[in-house]
Parts: sequence; structure tokens; C-alpha cells
Amino acid sequence: MNITLNGKASEITTELNVTELLNDLSLTPAKVAVERNLQIVPRSVYSKTIIQDGDRIEIVRFIGGG
Amino acid sequence: MVTVLKSSDLLAAVENPENIQVQDKPLTIAGRVFGSRLIIGTGKYKDYQQNADALAASGAEIVTVAMRRVNLSSPDEPMLVDFIDPKKIVFLPNTAGCFTGEDAVRTLRLAREAGGWSLVKLEVLSDPKHLYPDMTETMRAAEMLIKDGFDVMVYCSDDPVFARKLEDLGCVAIMPLGAPIGSGLGIQNKVNIRLIVEQTSVPVIVDAGVGTASEAAQAMELGCDAIITNTAIAEAADPIRMALAMKHAVIAGREAYLAGRMARKLYADPSSPLGGLI
Repeated sequence: MNITLNGKASEITTELNVTELLNDLSLTPAKVAVERNLQIVPRSVYSKTIIQDGDRIEIVRFIGGG
Repeated sequence: MVTVLKSSDLLAAVENPENIQVQDKPLTIAGRVFGSRLIIGTGKYKDYQQNADALAASGAEIVTVAMRRVNLSSPDEPMLVDFIDPKKIVFLPNTAGCFTGEDAVRTLRLAREAGGWSLVKLEVLSDPKHLYPDMTETMRAAEMLIKDGFDVMVYCSDDPVFARKLEDLGCVAIMPLGAPIGSGLGIQNKVNIRLIVEQTSVPVIVDAGVGTASEAAQAMELGCDAIITNTAIAEAADPIRMALAMKHAVIAGREAYLAGRMARKLYADPSSPLGGLI
């Protein structure tokens, strides 16, 4: 299954929900926010949100800024 | 009866300025109350530790932050939230790098999900050369964000007409630039900043342009409620020391504003009385 992850073409070999995706990427859910096809994925539904073929996923976090 | 004060009594009075009672209302933005009138940025520091140290020295209670993609190739890289605790310091997410209203709204919705709060700094920029705000897009984005439940602190040009329009839309703080972002040129248009201060009933915060402590004090002397500064601290030779300088400058400027400066005169006016000369 092919998805776009932070702008880069990526392949997923097993079915994943958002919690599992973040785990695979070694990211702490509390420190990031996730957008799927331009829609925010609330933290409360991470485990119910299954990544689909063609999804465009953005994972962002706070960084230094002015 | 003559009472001669001991030198230690005089020292005590000088060293404990807190004993002097002065009244001021705290900075209140959208119902949130802050003790410090200095807001600092978190960009351009050597590392997050230096940023955290500068924050401690500045006494600021709000920091501006940006939202960016996680670097997936190095998930272990240091995160801002590991150095500055969002539970103790208010994170004010910005929309830096956004050039349309839609970009700004998208960024701040993500920030709200990451941080769980609605207080945000809207900045919709135009030309990268001067980073002046695109005021038409800023107005549009502000309207969209306010409808979506955000408390919008808005970076804007120092134009009193737009400042009024943004306040009428429901922005919770009006934040005119003093000079272009990162330029350190100081307050370029004091007349306009003063006009905005006089007409605005929500906090007015000079955002961008402050280069050193005296310029922060100048903004406060004009009657601004607070200032935001990033580069002036981060790019100082000693950021921690400049953070401390900014803390004092903002307090000094505020007190001078409340005190009300003397009238300017064209000629000298001796401080010592002329009567009783020997």
C-alpha cells in the first residue's frame, strides 16, 4: 500500500492504524499532531483510524519559531 | 527633633524597590492573565537548552513556537517540548511561512491538536524580502480562525486603519511590527504605534523589529501592553544576558509610561532653585 508521508512516497506492508504508524516511526503521540488528507486526526481516534492506500499523512510537531 | 538616618536604612530603601507600592493592571489576553509583559521567540538559538536558559532569564510566560513536519529520518532528535514545558509556559503557535489564509488556518488547527489550546499568533506574510504582513489575507484568515473558535493575536502592519478592522473582527491582541521581522531596526513609526495604542481596547503588542533593550523600553513607553522579541535575544552575543536586559527594559518602559514623562522644552530649566544663592 502506497501513501505519502510528510511529502515523501512511502510503502506500508501491513494494515496500520495511526497509533501503530506512530509506534513504527518511534514517535510519541503526545508530542505530535497528525493530519490525514488535509483533515486533523484527533488523538482520541488514532487507534480507530486505519491508514488507507493513497492517504496523504502529515505528522508535525512544535519547533522553535518567532 | 532631628533624626539622622543610618546609611543601612538608606540602602534598604534602595535595594528593596518592591517596598514601593505601584499599581498596574496585569497583562490580560483573552481572559488569560500574565505577570510578564515580555514574550520571547524560540527560533535562531544555538540549541534548545540555550533557549530555555534565555527564557528563564527573561521571566517571560509566553513563547512563540512554529509548527513543522517531524523529521522522520531522525525521530530521536531533541524536541522543543523536552526543554520548555508547555504546562508551565504558554506556547503561542505561529503561522510563520504561511502566505495564504488557508495555509494559516491549516497550520493552527494542527497546532491546536498538538497543544490543545486556542490562543494563537496569526501572521500571513507576503514578500520574503521584507516579510510584511499581507493584510488582505490576514483579515480573511483572522475571520476564518475566529469562526473556528481560535483566540487570535494578530501580527499586522503599523496601519491604524487595519488595526481597527482587526479589532472589530474580534482579534484578542493587535500586534503591529516595529520594523521588518529579524531586522533589529527598532520602532520605525512611533506615531502609528501610538495611534494604534490610543484607539485599541485589546492589548497592543509590538511584534518584530526590536533590536536591543532600549527599543523594547521605547515600545513600552509608547503605551504598548507587551512586546515580542526573538532575534534580538537569540542573535545577541550573549543571549542569556540580553534576555535579562529585555526583562528590565520592558519593566522600565512600562513604569515610565505609567509615570508619564516630563514635557519636552526648548530651553534649559535649572533643577536647583535660583533663590537663596549665597
